[in-house]
Amino acid sequence: MMQTSESLSDKAPSAAPKTPEFRATGLLTGAQWTAALIAIAAAILFPVAATALDQSFYIGFATRIMIYVIVVSSLNLLVGYAGLVSFGHAAYFGVGAYAVGAATLLGGDVLPKWVASAWVAWPFAMLVGAVLAAAVGALALRTRQVYFIMITLAFSQMVYYLFIGMKSFGSDNGMSLASRSGFGLGLDLANDTTFYYVVFALTAITMFLLTLVVRSRFGVVMRGISENESRMAAIGIPVYRYKLVCFIIAGAFAGLAGALLANQNAYVSPRVLDWTQSGILLMMLIVGGVGYRCGGIYGAVLLLVLEEVISSHTEYWQFFVGLGLISVVLLGNNGIASLIEKFTALFSRKKAGAAEDR
Amino acid sequence: MSTFVIEQTLNGLQLGLMLFLLAAGLTLVFGIMDLINLAHGSLYMLGGFLTVVFMKLTGNFALALPLGIIGTGIIGALLEMSLLRRLYGRSHLSQVLATFGLILVSNDVIRFFFGPSAVMLEMPAALSQPLTLANGFSYSSYRLVVIAAGIITAILLSLLINRTRFGMWIRAGASDRETAQAMGVNIKLVFTLVFALGAMLCALAGGLLGPLFSVQMGMGESIIILAFVVVVIGGMGSIKGAFLGAIAIGFLDTFGRSVLPSVMRTHFPSLSADTMAPAIAAMLTYALMIAVLIWRPQGLFKTA
Repeated sequence: MMQTSESLSDKAPSAAPKTPEFRATGLLTGAQWTAALIAIAAAILFPVAATALDQSFYIGFATRIMIYVIVVSSLNLLVGYAGLVSFGHAAYFGVGAYAVGAATLLGGDVLPKWVASAWVAWPFAMLVGAVLAAAVGALALRTRQVYFIMITLAFSQMVYYLFIGMKSFGSDNGMSLASRSGFGLGLDLANDTTFYYVVFALTAITMFLLTLVVRSRFGVVMRGISENESRMAAIGIPVYRYKLVCFIIAGAFAGLAGALLANQNAYVSPRVLDWTQSGILLMMLIVGGVGYRCGGIYGAVLLLVLEEVISSHTEYWQFFVGLGLISVVLLGNNGIASLIEKFTALFSRKKAGAAEDR
Repeated sequence: MSTFVIEQTLNGLQLGLMLFLLAAGLTLVFGIMDLINLAHGSLYMLGGFLTVVFMKLTGNFALALPLGIIGTGIIGALLEMSLLRRLYGRSHLSQVLATFGLILVSNDVIRFFFGPSAVMLEMPAALSQPLTLANGFSYSSYRLVVIAAGIITAILLSLLINRTRFGMWIRAGASDRETAQAMGVNIKLVFTLVFALGAMLCALAGGLLGPLFSVQMGMGESIIILAFVVVVIGGMGSIKGAFLGAIAIGFLDTFGRSVLPSVMRTHFPSLSADTMAPAIAAMLTYALMIAVLIWRPQGLFKTA
């Protein structure tokens, strides 16, 4: 069987950034630094503004967006950079949430109280996500293309039914958490603003680490594998092992997002494990921009904000989101990130042109 | 005990045949058009609701069901011509996402017209009484009709594919699309007809199951994944494989659900068998799918 890896977008097989990233010496270019700093400043000031305007509801909403930014960005690592279309990413997201649920349930009861603290429960959620990803990846990565999509789906369905069957975790009713995880350091996560800043810090760290991964030698090899797997194997790259490590990293960050989601809602439901949830994560990614560093950010922000805005006018918001998704696919562009890239390219070309004129 | 086995066998057969109706269209669309259609379950839902509508208009189930099937077939053909046709030859990721979008749209369309709550289809009065098959064993006569309808449809479908010119086109399109086209097969028309056929089979299942389960928004989502399991196990593109796979999954699921709880209660009294046993039965079907994908990705029953 030919080892062709499936192209991500139809029009441009190499949708993954072919841009200055390889040439740039720093982590981000000057303009990207400016944009990142503006985004960070806005995120830091947001709760202050929301409280001042008496709209503190939106602090929780923004927290939810950041949690989705983490999980969609972890999926981006798989789909966008490794070319692995995983249709079961909800499984790692969900087990992360259940890991925190279990730690909260057992900590202080069967197990010592410190088990329920964020410093133990959240890394534990990442570990559970990573271990599950390692197990799934070890088998799933032996298949490719449509078979890979199907096998990742089958694994996530198994996890879904496992938790449906677990009575101690509430079966299909889900489980309520007595409280958010303890954090120590004088921070009380029960306070929405405090929790917002903790999630923000973790989101920033995650994005930083994922950027490091993508820009490392490992990331370059991953992109090579997604472009031409057999060629990478021919030059002596252990392709399978690389893909597996990528899978595990993505699983760990999805588990972290799950842990935060469980804390945000103080509730874990098997619905986070449903296959449609995996579809929604993929949808956010493709709308945001597959294979673009900020694709996860744009997708999560846009879709959750759209959901909020449309559902305040009509209960049929899924209709419009569905239509939007179909048109994004049919128009064949690469999501918001590619539009932004085109726009900035246009802008900088103008500037470059102006410089030449002089 | 023996009546238990007979009853569960009939239940398993019924589930398997209904899964076959869903999987047949899915496997044809995948085998011939190379399209992953997640929205296949929406056609099943549509068939159920159209049958409800025609039932209200005519008051006759025997009339409402064929009308629902024809209506779903027409809508399926229109859908293929307007949207799905554009997805052929696209990456699987694009297909998954576009058809996922279609699920979101069709769910909300159904909700707009029928509301979010379940609608019950009334069982035909003549079939509402259980039928005594042997002394001491009776079985729902409606379920027997469902089984008979499933078997007849399976036979007709196999005759259609193996004995008619249209079936020849389908088989030609499945094995080599370009050559079939070069030999003068109107492949565009065949694609539309195949899709409509798949939609009609979905509607048959949706309409037949309406009186047994409820007709409800989102009813396609849980069953469509099971239909994908069947397609994978049987071999993508193979009708015969879909039939055998569907029957196998029907029995595995039915017997898993009915036998496992009592087995678990005797051997693992500490576990809560009532919730865990059905979950294990469901997990077994997916475990089977995973095993097939790893060791025999061409499917268990596909020889080619």
